[in-house]
Amino acid sequence: MMELDVQAWVKVAAFAGGGIAMGLGAVGAAIGEGYTAAQANVAVARSPKISGDIFKNMLVGQAVAESASIFALVVAILLLFIDKGDPNMLKAAALFGAGVSMGFGAIGSGVGSGFPGGQACLGLSRQPAMANRLTTNMLIGSAVCQTPAIFSMVVALMLLFMDFSNAPLHPTWAALIGAGLSTGLAAIGSGYGGGMAAGASCEGVARQPEAVGNVTTIMLVGQAVAQTPSIFGLLVSFILMFKTFPESTQLQAAMALLGAGLCTGFGGIGPGVGNGMAAEGAVRWVARNVKHAADLMRIMLVGQAVSQSTAIYAMVVSLVLIFVV
Amino acid sequence: MAIEGADIVKAAAFLGAGVSMGLGAIGPGVGEGMVAAKACEAIGKNPKEAGLLTRTMLVGQAVSESTGIYSLVIALLLLFVV
Repeated sequence: MMELDVQAWVKVAAFAGGGIAMGLGAVGAAIGEGYTAAQANVAVARSPKISGDIFKNMLVGQAVAESASIFALVVAILLLFIDKGDPNMLKAAALFGAGVSMGFGAIGSGVGSGFPGGQACLGLSRQPAMANRLTTNMLIGSAVCQTPAIFSMVVALMLLFMDFSNAPLHPTWAALIGAGLSTGLAAIGSGYGGGMAAGASCEGVARQPEAVGNVTTIMLVGQAVAQTPSIFGLLVSFILMFKTFPESTQLQAAMALLGAGLCTGFGGIGPGVGNGMAAEGAVRWVARNVKHAADLMRIMLVGQAVSQSTAIYAMVVSLVLIFVV
Repeated sequence: MAIEGADIVKAAAFLGAGVSMGLGAIGPGVGEGMVAAKACEAIGKNPKEAGLLTRTMLVGQAVSESTGIYSLVIALLLLFVV
């Protein structure tokens, strides 16, 4: 009777996780693709003669944005049909954590990837001769936007397939859900922020084709810095998954680990978006004033470093929650 | 799972510390990013004033940072004092 109960709980966790993964995972890509399509319409209205090129570019951009929600679909299907194995309550926590990680993690990348797609379509209507450069720049930018979603998928797959059955149930269950929350939430900001930088660079390449080298470089640097909050999230997730916690039936041990995941997760959202805003401003003005690219790069990095500080505070509090208290 | 009063209080303090610092980090992160974006715009328009603009940006960001530091203080109080 007791074993049946545990089996039911594992299924409950897997199905709830699958629903969360696909439900939240559909949000971002849909918004991002809608943005791309909206800009494509504006572009076609401006230059109906090259509507074929714009249409093609729109579809390529949307396909990249779609990948975030395809990751979510894969994880959701795995959660529904995977062999649940030897049922225990830790497995239930791991499956639920996997769904949470993938669901939240797909939001930012989906929305963010839509920005370069839309701006590349607008750019085509402005500079049809730059079609190849624009598409290449769009693909580089939106591919980098996908990394936070890929981090979330990595964490989700590890939670799905790693064997936690030897760990003590209390407090490891909270560590596994915390691991999902940490990477999943932190990916929202980084994906969105990376998209802002990529969108500005597509606009910039169309405005000032000869500045393409500088614009792509500062976009990549800005995006790399915008990724850091999601890397902090990934780091905390790995610690929560791989560290063995001494058995403790006290609620406080579990809540410390859940709190650690929430802290780095939420804490990464703001700095990820903020770093993306700083990068967007810098990329936009490198395209308009390429002579001062070095000044702009410097001020962007200083501004991003300050914006990053709160993500670092959040990571410090998480590490204190895991290792000290 | 034995749950006692003191345990629940500690558990709530730990969860509260995580939520405090986590949510508290969102605002300063976004706000400071906005400042940096506008500073880039201003330097792009008027590169001669880069020094002045950097200083203005940093002072503005420092003020925006304050709420993040409040969150950190509250989180540390919840962890170690209460």
